[in-house]
Amino acid sequence: MTTQPTAAEPFTTIIGLEVHVQLQTKTKLFCGCSTTFGAAPNTQVCPTCLGLPGSLPVMNRHAFDLAVRAALALDCTIAPFTKWDRKNYFYPDLPKGYQISQYDLPFSSDGRLEVIDPKGALWRDVRIIRVHLEEDAGKSMHDEAAGTADTRIDLNRAGTPLCEIVTQPDLRSPQESRAWLNELKLLLAYLGVSDCNMQEGSLRVDANVNLHIPLAGEGGADGRLAKTPIVEIKNMNSFRSVERALVYEAARQWEEWQATKAEMGNTPKQTRGWDDAAGVTRAQRHKEESSDYRYFPEPDLVPVTVSEADIAKARAAMGDPPTVLRKALAEKWRIPAYDADVLVNQGRDLVDYFEDLATRVGEGKVASNWMQQDVLRTLNERGGTIGEFPVRPEAVADIIGRVTKGDFDTSRGREIFAEVLASGRPVADVVASMGIAAVSDDDLVSLCKELLAANPKIVADVQGGKEQAAAGLIGQARKKNPNVNPGKFRQMCLDLIRGM
Amino acid sequence: MQPLELSAVDLVAAIRQGDITAVQVAEKFLDRIDKLNGPINAFLNVDRDRALARAADIDARRKAGKPIGPLAGLPVAVKDALCTADQPTTCASKMLAGFRPPYDAEVVSRLRQADAVIVGKTNMDEFAMGGSNENSAFGPVKNPWDFTRAPGGSSGGSAACVAADMATIAIGSDTGGSIRQPAGLCGITGLKPTYGRVSRRGLVAFASSLDQIGPMTRSAADSALVMETIAGHDRGDATSLADAVPRYTSMLEQPLTGLRIGRVAEHFGAGLDPEVARGVEEAFAAFKAAGATIHDVKLPHAKYGIATYYLVAPCEASSNLARYDGAHYGHRAEPGKGHRAEPGKGHRAETTRGQRAEPTSEFESPLVEMYCRSRAEGFGPEVKRRIMLGTYALSSGYYDAYYAKALRVRRLIRQDYIDAFQSVDLIGGPVSPTPAFPLGEKTNDPLAMYLVDMYTVGTNLAGIGGISFPCGFTRGGLPIGFQLQGPALSEPLLLRAVDRYQQLTDWHLRRPKLPA
Repeated sequence: MTTQPTAAEPFTTIIGLEVHVQLQTKTKLFCGCSTTFGAAPNTQVCPTCLGLPGSLPVMNRHAFDLAVRAALALDCTIAPFTKWDRKNYFYPDLPKGYQISQYDLPFSSDGRLEVIDPKGALWRDVRIIRVHLEEDAGKSMHDEAAGTADTRIDLNRAGTPLCEIVTQPDLRSPQESRAWLNELKLLLAYLGVSDCNMQEGSLRVDANVNLHIPLAGEGGADGRLAKTPIVEIKNMNSFRSVERALVYEAARQWEEWQATKAEMGNTPKQTRGWDDAAGVTRAQRHKEESSDYRYFPEPDLVPVTVSEADIAKARAAMGDPPTVLRKALAEKWRIPAYDADVLVNQGRDLVDYFEDLATRVGEGKVASNWMQQDVLRTLNERGGTIGEFPVRPEAVADIIGRVTKGDFDTSRGREIFAEVLASGRPVADVVASMGIAAVSDDDLVSLCKELLAANPKIVADVQGGKEQAAAGLIGQARKKNPNVNPGKFRQMCLDLIRGM
Repeated sequence: MQPLELSAVDLVAAIRQGDITAVQVAEKFLDRIDKLNGPINAFLNVDRDRALARAADIDARRKAGKPIGPLAGLPVAVKDALCTADQPTTCASKMLAGFRPPYDAEVVSRLRQADAVIVGKTNMDEFAMGGSNENSAFGPVKNPWDFTRAPGGSSGGSAACVAADMATIAIGSDTGGSIRQPAGLCGITGLKPTYGRVSRRGLVAFASSLDQIGPMTRSAADSALVMETIAGHDRGDATSLADAVPRYTSMLEQPLTGLRIGRVAEHFGAGLDPEVARGVEEAFAAFKAAGATIHDVKLPHAKYGIATYYLVAPCEASSNLARYDGAHYGHRAEPGKGHRAEPGKGHRAETTRGQRAEPTSEFESPLVEMYCRSRAEGFGPEVKRRIMLGTYALSSGYYDAYYAKALRVRRLIRQDYIDAFQSVDLIGGPVSPTPAFPLGEKTNDPLAMYLVDMYTVGTNLAGIGGISFPCGFTRGGLPIGFQLQGPALSEPLLLRAVDRYQQLTDWHLRRPKLPA
């Protein structure tokens, strides 16, 4: 992937991401309320997350431990001492008038996460400035349809633990930004830290983007770089919209640069919202309060200390991250890197399914082929998770075993797989009901003889040294008996011809 | 049996022994409140029916031989800054007028668990901000010793109701002296425990790192009794201390022989009323007579106490009070009114030609208007002053010069106390520079009002314990208060020292002359 300026794109796009991830905890960060998504509005609330007078926060240590696990997997340094700060601003879905967050002493910093390109090569090593923990706000629903412009507030989400991950501006294209987000999402899912469901708001992305434009007239490639003003894009509700928004924004900034020559520093950082339907970013009204959050240490909470033992515990709970797992899987089962990548990218449960299957089959590549060609293909068609997939590894292993034994060939095996999937019946039943039975040697010999007699040209060709001509017989044999094992049939034909 | 004047210790014993019933006690106090609360204005809410029902339940259990709690039948008044699920909790603010919390403060739960009878909620300075109780949205409290004078604040209602025998004990909160100063001005005993000793959960926050709940009683022995109920770890308050709660009441009797009390020379400098100085010196002499020794100690940074306190507390308050915005509960301004600025007021938009355009909205959105007007209407002037002070001091560009510097000085002040307690066990001195001052005297001079806290704020900034108690009277018949400060978790010693003093003196038994 080139990121050097080209004639078509005479600039480099500089992108940094800010990702908010909801942690998968049963209860909120500072109270015991449930975090389950989708409950009736304002039913998962208590004095603390409602911000009632006199209420106090108490930290959910499990949430903190999960955040430490994520930060470790992102290669961050964990601070031995961290504290909470209040970020003050007024908004109706922020009932206390401040958000408990972390300001100058985040619990972790200085990490990195690589993204690899589709061919398995390193695409970009993205440095992470910091990962910190904070509480989520509630949700405002603007009821403009009713004509009253009323805003309804649901505080079920208020106080849900949120990890904020801030990258350095290390990404160089919309495409790799999307790929990096996919890798991050995969990692967090593997860690059991977040379900990263963007529809439910458990993962939110803001992007900072500007262009670096080499000024040819001032010394060519060695000349000064013009940097366009940084724009923060918000309201992107899928990774696809992140990519689209970045593509749009880079083009917009290029046009604006050509028109205005405005550079960073001359103009304040702008916030633009992504309009997915229109496919454009739009300038958002400058919010006065955003300029000064009046951060100060949260006096209702005590600082948190993290010991070496805590870190060791978090590491132990981490499991293999995807990067490690891809290599491990390829080595252990002797499968190509491409196969391992496809499997790992589907998530932990699918890898477990594969390993179960491969163990039963005793051969990685065969299991992997069946995973890619049958299990994954049908899973994608059907939708749902691998956990809900009706054909379990033991059934697939059963089918593969029968193919290996020579009961039938792979394509017949596929038909059986499809029937097992459709009917939900056991493999043995399906095999029996489809009339599949091993063809006896006697039957095979008589079928061979019959077809050899009917095809003197093929016999002559084989006798003339063209063994591949025997293949012409296989199709005819399968028409007469679909259960014929092609390999065995072919060998028998050759043997018979040689004996003629 | 005349229950009004009995100590809490004696009253609880009398009820337990059946000398008097809890209902009889409650009726006596409720009748007294009926008679005196009009002029004194110590209570914002009195819950006669619930108090009597509660007392009847205690009597029934006692008669049935069932267990009753350690404070069974004791009439308790609770500062209106503590949440009560069955009575409004207003912090004496229009902002929370009529507000009913859905839960009890931890201290209120513990009092109920101990079978205390909560008779009502007491008046205070709005959101505990003030030293005279004149900042209440529901009118000032009068000092029972002289109705033309302030009872002190912010727990003025709690102090006045105990002094006027409208409750045997009261619960107050102390952020910079709000228990000790009104206790001193009303002639009662008030303990500000070590920060974290008593749970803050359910105490409407003023300044979270300074706020502490404590007892306001007639004697140290009564405070010891109350502390056994209200002190202790609360998992719902992250700043609450896990240390075991001592049996305060059984630790009072040891004599003071060998006790080292520090005396800070600067406490006797300019601004101290001579009559107060005399009373305090006499108390030092009494402690000496009881076997204690008096030593000069230095608190070099004490002179920065007021400046530090009036940065730390307003900064935290500006954030703590942000939740009162009219959106979810409390006072909300009526929509529409005042959305457009009146001609000649507010901002005017300039046209490009520099001519005045039609007056536009003063507010950038209906939401901001709701915030601004709800807060403008709901908060009183002192609360607004402190919110503005705190907001300013936390603002970018000012934070380091004000808030961050105040935190550094706070650490120095704390260290001063640690150093001083190397050579003495307790530090004694005046509670406030003057006796009770006339109502209205300082209301137009915020700085003069802030200076009434000069001897008390250090205790809160250092997070240690302090107690105030009467040590004499002025010629005009106003109580003079003495303050003892002790290291963290020194409550047993503070209570013992005052109890020993009160065994030798009778200042704490004097009562204002009020209609019977």
